[in-house]
Amino acid sequence: MIALLLLQTIAITGATVYPVSRPKLEHATVLIQNGKIAAVGTRVAIPAGATRIDATSMWVTPGLLDGSGQMGLVEIGAVTATRDAGMLTDTVAAAFNIAEGLNPASTLISITRIAGVTTALAMPETGLIRGQAVLIDLDGATIEAMIVKSPVAIVAELSEATKGAGGGSRAGAAARLRRVLDDALEYARRKADWTRGAIQPLAASAPDLAALAPVLRGELPLIVIANRRSDIATALRIAREYHLKLILAGAAEAWQMAAEIAQARVPVLVQPLNNVPSYDALSIRYANAALLVRAGVKVALLETNTHNARNLRQQAGNAVSYGMRWEEALRAVTLSPAEMFGVAARYGSLDSGKVANVVVWSGDPFELNTRVEHVFIRGTEIPLRSRQTELLERYRVLPPKY
Amino acid sequence: MTEPRLPPLAACLVAAIVAAAGSARAQTVESSSDRPQYPSTYVRHTYPPVAITNATIMTAAGAEIVHGSILLREGRIVAVGSDVQVPPDAIHVDGTGKYVTPGIIDPHSHLGVYAAPGTDAESDGNELTNPVMSEVWAEHSFWPQDPQIPLAIAGGVTTIQVLPGSGNLIGGRSAILKLIPARTVQEMKFPGARYGLKMACGENPKRVYGQRNQFPSTRMGNMAGYRSAFILAEAYRRRWDAWRTDHKGDPPERNLRLETLADVLRGTIYVQNHCYRADEMAQMLDLAREFGFKIRAFHHAVEAYKVADLLAQAGTAAVVWADWYGFKEEAMDGIQQNAALLQQAGARITLHSDDPGGIQRLNQEAGKAMYDGQRVGIPVTRDQALRWITANPAWVLGIDSIAGTLERGKMADVVIWSGDPFSVYAKALQVYNDGWLVYDRDDAAHQPRSDFELNQVSAPGSDR
Repeated sequence: MIALLLLQTIAITGATVYPVSRPKLEHATVLIQNGKIAAVGTRVAIPAGATRIDATSMWVTPGLLDGSGQMGLVEIGAVTATRDAGMLTDTVAAAFNIAEGLNPASTLISITRIAGVTTALAMPETGLIRGQAVLIDLDGATIEAMIVKSPVAIVAELSEATKGAGGGSRAGAAARLRRVLDDALEYARRKADWTRGAIQPLAASAPDLAALAPVLRGELPLIVIANRRSDIATALRIAREYHLKLILAGAAEAWQMAAEIAQARVPVLVQPLNNVPSYDALSIRYANAALLVRAGVKVALLETNTHNARNLRQQAGNAVSYGMRWEEALRAVTLSPAEMFGVAARYGSLDSGKVANVVVWSGDPFELNTRVEHVFIRGTEIPLRSRQTELLERYRVLPPKY
Repeated sequence: MTEPRLPPLAACLVAAIVAAAGSARAQTVESSSDRPQYPSTYVRHTYPPVAITNATIMTAAGAEIVHGSILLREGRIVAVGSDVQVPPDAIHVDGTGKYVTPGIIDPHSHLGVYAAPGTDAESDGNELTNPVMSEVWAEHSFWPQDPQIPLAIAGGVTTIQVLPGSGNLIGGRSAILKLIPARTVQEMKFPGARYGLKMACGENPKRVYGQRNQFPSTRMGNMAGYRSAFILAEAYRRRWDAWRTDHKGDPPERNLRLETLADVLRGTIYVQNHCYRADEMAQMLDLAREFGFKIRAFHHAVEAYKVADLLAQAGTAAVVWADWYGFKEEAMDGIQQNAALLQQAGARITLHSDDPGGIQRLNQEAGKAMYDGQRVGIPVTRDQALRWITANPAWVLGIDSIAGTLERGKMADVVIWSGDPFSVYAKALQVYNDGWLVYDRDDAAHQPRSDFELNQVSAPGSDR
């Protein structure tokens, strides 16, 4: 059965296609074969036996990628029993990979994917070094089937929320982060000494220090959540000192130092619809994402609330309202996050050979009156059903038939 | 829709103040409750007449007027239609390509009582020291320098109901406020508006007190708590009503907690009831019948679509989000068609934000909820969707004869949008509150900033 599905050939025809990697194509065809994109263009030969989907006057884009949140790790926000994203006992948890906390049966997965979000980052949610984030496709009966990449990055946070890990001061938190990184280097150099007990106690457990080795080799990104300008500057400083592959997240005041971030070639994960000041980010503003892009920073747009992940397209639309070009915003929810997370060879654009995560929209994906017509994840068409569509059907006529 | 024929609001206000002062002189004050109770000092800001021409005018009272004009003068809408003359003394605003709507009304906000920057020091929305706290008034917590206020103004909001939080069974009085920059909450109080009383069902009160091993710790405890409170209020109301009739002997001792509940029983304070689950809404409707009052609206009401018929029958509005769900167990069954299904059932639908971010784009939320209904074949018109954020919340607050539509005689609360307000790309360009240009996206002179922001928040007012 699975083999048959994989062999299915689907031709989406007549559409306005936004491959993202190149300009849009009118009256174009997207050919899907064996779970991959086989061809995209205006003169694609459609094999006999292909399932044809007439998408005339519709728009086709890659599935959207939300680079944040706890998809699969939380069912009900206020019910601890359904939350699995936090390593609550340790503020330095570099070895904590959240993959085995994922629940492929979460109702949020179908609710989100039928709104056109096909891939999401699943992120650990507490601590100075929170743990390892993984990238998942929003389909699959098992954790293994959902995982796109694990780990994608180690996540750390430098903000008012993590001052406690540094004794109550931002300076203390930064110093502790450096001690952990120093000791991770020390551990990598002197593992044999550590095993013999021949070195001083280190700043974190051996598994946590070992987990940081690929970060210190510049292979695995370190996502640092930081909002205040000074915290962002601290993150940039530490990244320079240790030659890290840094990704900034949150970054509410990043617009104030856009040139510096661009020069450091550090990409940024931003939720556009944030402008309420707090002492962690007094100069937060809607135009942040647009100003960063204008300065040459690579930006991915987020909807950070896991339940509201389906509103990623509304976030992107508002980023356009506040200064991003439309094409930049589309890239910022597809190819740019795929590049940041090291999966751009497989995800993020409609190009031959890439994984067939494809969405057919009735029009502009960011516009509120646009409907999702078809969703494909790994080449399989996803039924547009969720727990919420079933509730709608049950209560459409009152009293309901139980 | 009847044409409102009201005297100017300022005149109403003056008359009320004179009446209060006159009665105080005429007789010996026998109870402090006879004196003014934290009265509104709202005064309309003088501003020249404004004529907006050649715009698409969405009135929330019928069909859209394409190439229409609207004239504002002395805080009132004096003309709206397709052939409005621009008087020589009016500021002329070219509305070509623009849309005009009534000012947005958010019937559920915690602005000022949970102010930014969000520290414990200004967390003033929940008096969690007793499950029945009808004696507290949200206006006594409200901070007019909350930097969230200018943000909401820039989103086209002209009136809000500020509510106490939902940690108590009975959380206290709401405040109906004109959303304008002001030094005191009294200057913002919507003249003549009735108070609301915040009540809360479900998880929050039972969690807050249950965790302390106090009453209530269950939903049945919640119900017993409301009933016990209203039983006391019935007796209190009888004592006061009797004394007001015959003035025999000393007045009864004032009890702030029961005074507010007695006004609920008299029908002069509206019950604004935080309630998520359908079955609990049915229980609350029975509670209201037991004590002879009406519940004006169920707020949050994520399961209202399951009992849309009961709400329509009771005449109780549902105040809902477009699509929030899942953040707590009683919100698990939220669906995107809640508003549309209620509209279809004939219930009164209102959107709300309950959130300092959401309040800035209630137009987008109305658009989403309308299109989510239309997408599955539930008919919702643009005018109905606009009413969800204007005329209907005006009814929830009891100010629908004065505000909420673009009709002649209504308060000049008006928003000019850059495009169709149900588009994700539309932004409020100008906001008029009672005829006063309170926000202009293109003019820094009309981008109010709170004291909090000065030399502290460097984002400009134009594109926040």
